[in-house]
Amino acid sequence: MTDREPAVQVLSESPGRIARETLAHDRRTWIASALLLFIVVLTLAAPLYATYVSKTDPFVSSINGTTVIDGQEVSVLQQSTEGLRIGVNPIGPTWRIGSYALGADNQGRDVAARLLYGGTNTLLIGFTAGFLTITIGTLLGIIAGYSGKFVDSFISRILDVIWAFPVYLLSISLSVVLLTSGFKWGPISLESGSLYLPIFIIGLVYVPYVARPIRGQVIALREREFVKAAIGSGAKNSQIIFREILPNVIPSVIVFIPMMVALAMLTESALSFLSIGVQPPDASWGTIIKDGLGLLYTRPLVALLPGLLIVITAVSLNLLGDAVRDALDPKARMRGAV
Amino acid sequence: MITFIAKRFSAAIFVLTSISILVFLIFFATPGVDPAARIAGRNASQETLAQVRATFDLDKPLPERYLSMMDHLFIQRDLTSYVNRGEEVWPQLIQAVPATLSLVIGASIIWLLLGIGLGVTAAGMRKSWIDPAIGVVGIIGVSLPVYWLGEVVNLITQGRLHDTAFRWVPPLGYVPLTENPGQWFLSLLFPWLTLSLLYAGIYIRVIRGEIVGLMQEDFVKTERAKGASEKRILLKHSSRMSLITVVSLFGLDFGALVGGSALLTEVVFGIQGVGRLTFTALQNFDLPLIMATVMYAAFFIVIANAVVDILYAWLDPRVRRG
Repeated sequence: MTDREPAVQVLSESPGRIARETLAHDRRTWIASALLLFIVVLTLAAPLYATYVSKTDPFVSSINGTTVIDGQEVSVLQQSTEGLRIGVNPIGPTWRIGSYALGADNQGRDVAARLLYGGTNTLLIGFTAGFLTITIGTLLGIIAGYSGKFVDSFISRILDVIWAFPVYLLSISLSVVLLTSGFKWGPISLESGSLYLPIFIIGLVYVPYVARPIRGQVIALREREFVKAAIGSGAKNSQIIFREILPNVIPSVIVFIPMMVALAMLTESALSFLSIGVQPPDASWGTIIKDGLGLLYTRPLVALLPGLLIVITAVSLNLLGDAVRDALDPKARMRGAV
Repeated sequence: MITFIAKRFSAAIFVLTSISILVFLIFFATPGVDPAARIAGRNASQETLAQVRATFDLDKPLPERYLSMMDHLFIQRDLTSYVNRGEEVWPQLIQAVPATLSLVIGASIIWLLLGIGLGVTAAGMRKSWIDPAIGVVGIIGVSLPVYWLGEVVNLITQGRLHDTAFRWVPPLGYVPLTENPGQWFLSLLFPWLTLSLLYAGIYIRVIRGEIVGLMQEDFVKTERAKGASEKRILLKHSSRMSLITVVSLFGLDFGALVGGSALLTEVVFGIQGVGRLTFTALQNFDLPLIMATVMYAAFFIVIANAVVDILYAWLDPRVRRG
């Protein structure tokens, strides 16, 4: 810190600072951030929970497993006592930390441990795919909007085609094709169960959602005086893009982040629910909901809890998105999907 | 105006053609994917693979196969399925349309009523607790995974309570309107509510934002200066203006849903609609059926896009020149 007085009296604060202060005074920011942080920390603790608390491997089925409740040894999968009394029922929630607190799934695996591990994948895919969409979308939007003419019509046409392709049909088509055989092209080779596949698929299908509005903004910016002045003073294209254009689209880009992450996360869970997202033995909240369907009427918690966690995470992200939007760019609008 | 419409429709044709090529390439030219192995199933012998390649013309060059498929799909209209040999794809698709239309039209009525009603109310009650309360409904609506909500609804209406409170709910599945209108309504009631909640969330948020933005415009200030009441400004002016946005949004959403985006709802509630048909076709790698359903879906979306653009140009002459 320096004690020097500023040479010029600042009459108004910088837009960035005003936005930061508005955001910091918004209750939604704190509620959403706290919830998100809680969920992220909880899911990151998955290995700790599996090793030290539940002491079971959540990826290996333990049909003959047992657990201790009130000093008695109980088997994890029990003979059904309800309905027709056929088949086996996994143990329900015991509410005892360390002995299947939230019950077991139909393969005798600890639901609580799987929820935490599944959350890691869902959040990982949501965040990376969301950021991938935003990076590619912003780049394409700036290139198309700034170059104009042929480059613009070429990129815009590609975006139009992806835009008209229903998001779900496109991502499902790509997933069905890629998830069974993997992707091999030159030096790039992805295994069929790789987490990169859903990340790339989800990251790509939403690109027009970001690229189209950014392109529009850049076209408007190109006509502004300060950009014309930069062009007139002989600045290079790269200088104009990085010094004049990019700083002016950054607020919209930031507004997109929480919403795109929420959208990517919801898409991942939907694809996994249709068994074309995260592949076993990996888990995500979507695959746990799918696994829980067979138990819906006997052990509803297996399918209910992951969904509840998805809703809480998505609500926090959207809430944060609203707060950021109101602070940065009151006019930003976005269509939701899913 | 006529030139604008002509231009818009030629762009639509371009997009549709590109989509058909894209789908074709995804299934036949993705690096590392052998379509013959997919069609023949796991662990097929070399002879079976050769036989599959011969039957489905997989050894012919890509452009020739593409043109032949388009010819059978659109001109001869006799394209047959890969999986159920000899079964034509068009009748299968047409059979699935009424279920999807029933689901989407019913749901869209509910979400439009909810979305516009609550959106306008929230914008008008900005100083009371009602606005944030409606905001919470909106944000939960857009954050719910629709398939999970559907399962929760099934758990309630088809589970233990099915013997008592929800005895009147028919088992999962679609009952055609022409067969039994009463059962048609009852079987679709919960799917409608489930699907509409998500879109109601989107519409509440969009309409509220739109009206709040419009309330700061000059024409509203003029109305206020002329002595118009806030209620009149809200209901007569701002709401009406915000309808332009609603119409364009609705066109796109409706097009996408009729085209198969209601897939998750259809799967969860066991409704044999277009979305479910597409999903089954995708799982079986039944490319002719996939091609038909995707083209059908893209057609609705592209047409909806074009109609929305033309409506805009009609309402706002500046767009025509742009």
